[in-house]
Amino acid sequence: MKKLQLNNLYDNFRDGETIKAYAKIIAKDAKKLNRDINIMEVCGGHTHTIMKFGLPQLVPSNINFIHGPGCPVCIMPKERIDHAFILAMQSDVILVTLGDMIKVPGSKGSLQNARSKGADVRFVYSPMECIKIAKENPTKKIVFFAIGFETTTPMTAVLLDQVMKQNISNILFHINHVTVPEVMKELINSRDIHIDSYNNRIDAFLGPSHVSVIAGSKIYKEFPEKYGRPVVVSGFEPVDVMQGISMIVKQFLENRCELEIQYRRVVNYNGNLNAQKVIDRYFEKVSLFRWRGLGNVADSGLKLKDEYSRYNAEVVYANILPKAEIEDHKLCICGDILRGMAKPTECTIFGTACKPTNPIGSCMVSSEGACSAYYKYGNLL
Amino acid sequence: MCLSIPSKVVKISEDKTVCTVDTMGVKRDASLLMMGEDGVKIGDFVLLHIGFVMEKIDEKEALSSIETYKEILEAMDEEERRQAILEDDNCANR
Repeated sequence: MKKLQLNNLYDNFRDGETIKAYAKIIAKDAKKLNRDINIMEVCGGHTHTIMKFGLPQLVPSNINFIHGPGCPVCIMPKERIDHAFILAMQSDVILVTLGDMIKVPGSKGSLQNARSKGADVRFVYSPMECIKIAKENPTKKIVFFAIGFETTTPMTAVLLDQVMKQNISNILFHINHVTVPEVMKELINSRDIHIDSYNNRIDAFLGPSHVSVIAGSKIYKEFPEKYGRPVVVSGFEPVDVMQGISMIVKQFLENRCELEIQYRRVVNYNGNLNAQKVIDRYFEKVSLFRWRGLGNVADSGLKLKDEYSRYNAEVVYANILPKAEIEDHKLCICGDILRGMAKPTECTIFGTACKPTNPIGSCMVSSEGACSAYYKYGNLL
Repeated sequence: MCLSIPSKVVKISEDKTVCTVDTMGVKRDASLLMMGEDGVKIGDFVLLHIGFVMEKIDEKEALSSIETYKEILEAMDEEERRQAILEDDNCANR
């Protein structure tokens, strides 16, 4: 092949014959191992590829997939969703957010419910749309409910950068950005009894694709070095995932424990330095961020630096935003699923009381949630 | 949330803050504010995410992966041919 065409980036990385070829390689290599290998795919995007293309059926029985907590909507605790609900219900606020956030139920309902009660809630494709909304609604406060991992954090930072450069005074931010390596460490290190038993089950990580585009593969350096867990940063296409699995199996076969990149066409060791620079300019770590199902995870969340607190909706609206933690529905096991302790099918309300049309847990709401993937691709639709 | 779409840059605004990309025939605009000045040029393949170009796709690396897959498939074919001959040789009913 002489020159790359756009369709190569789709077709060649979804090619059925190549997927089958990797299945054969993995089967051959895995047969030589006298053990099971449990691979956590940290990212919800990977979970969907794995389920959509039926990859668990293509790998031998001693290779197990454990679905990780890498779905920003799924890990959002109810009290943060309540913040969005409360802010949306303010008569002078337009609440703007991304993705499936609009459907996730908090203790007061979802943002969709808020909208039906008259709140102005808008779903945007790009955070930059906030600028247009702010200019069209000068008497309103635009609150951008920012969610996501390292992948979406720089976009929020660029928006703030533009807000300041353009002297826009009616955009505020409610920041819920979280970071991946800290939660991976939590899963390995925590003394929580559940996670402890789970600790023994993670043998290797399939590193997230687009988190790594921004942050670089360097963020996983300590996992092979300090924790003895190989990491292979892999792309989202099925051929990428199968090649990533094959690379992990080969590491075990050859007694290696390394950080490798399968997704070399976009990921390098250092990542996008411009994006990292703009994040560092506006954000700093919070000492604790509460994750749904995992509880408080040290250094895993971000907040606006104090000098930008006039843009921080949690500061501006501090008097109306409650601080108390809210527990999940008793029958929902999203917490265990997010810890990799349970599969969606082990939940008693999966596919019955909890469905995409009436989700009880956030893993059923988000298009990246494990329950949603099992429901969609498990012939339940 | 974290999915990203390979696209090709077809136009760049004069101030270099926005580009137009082709995503399998669909044209749309994307911010270049995360890419630094002169980071992207027309004809580049890029990854698009929530309205931003998040990174360039390394053409060489993409081609090298595709070449690897081609070699694996050829090697598989060769192995399957050998296996078929071996099975034929060992067949008791010959």
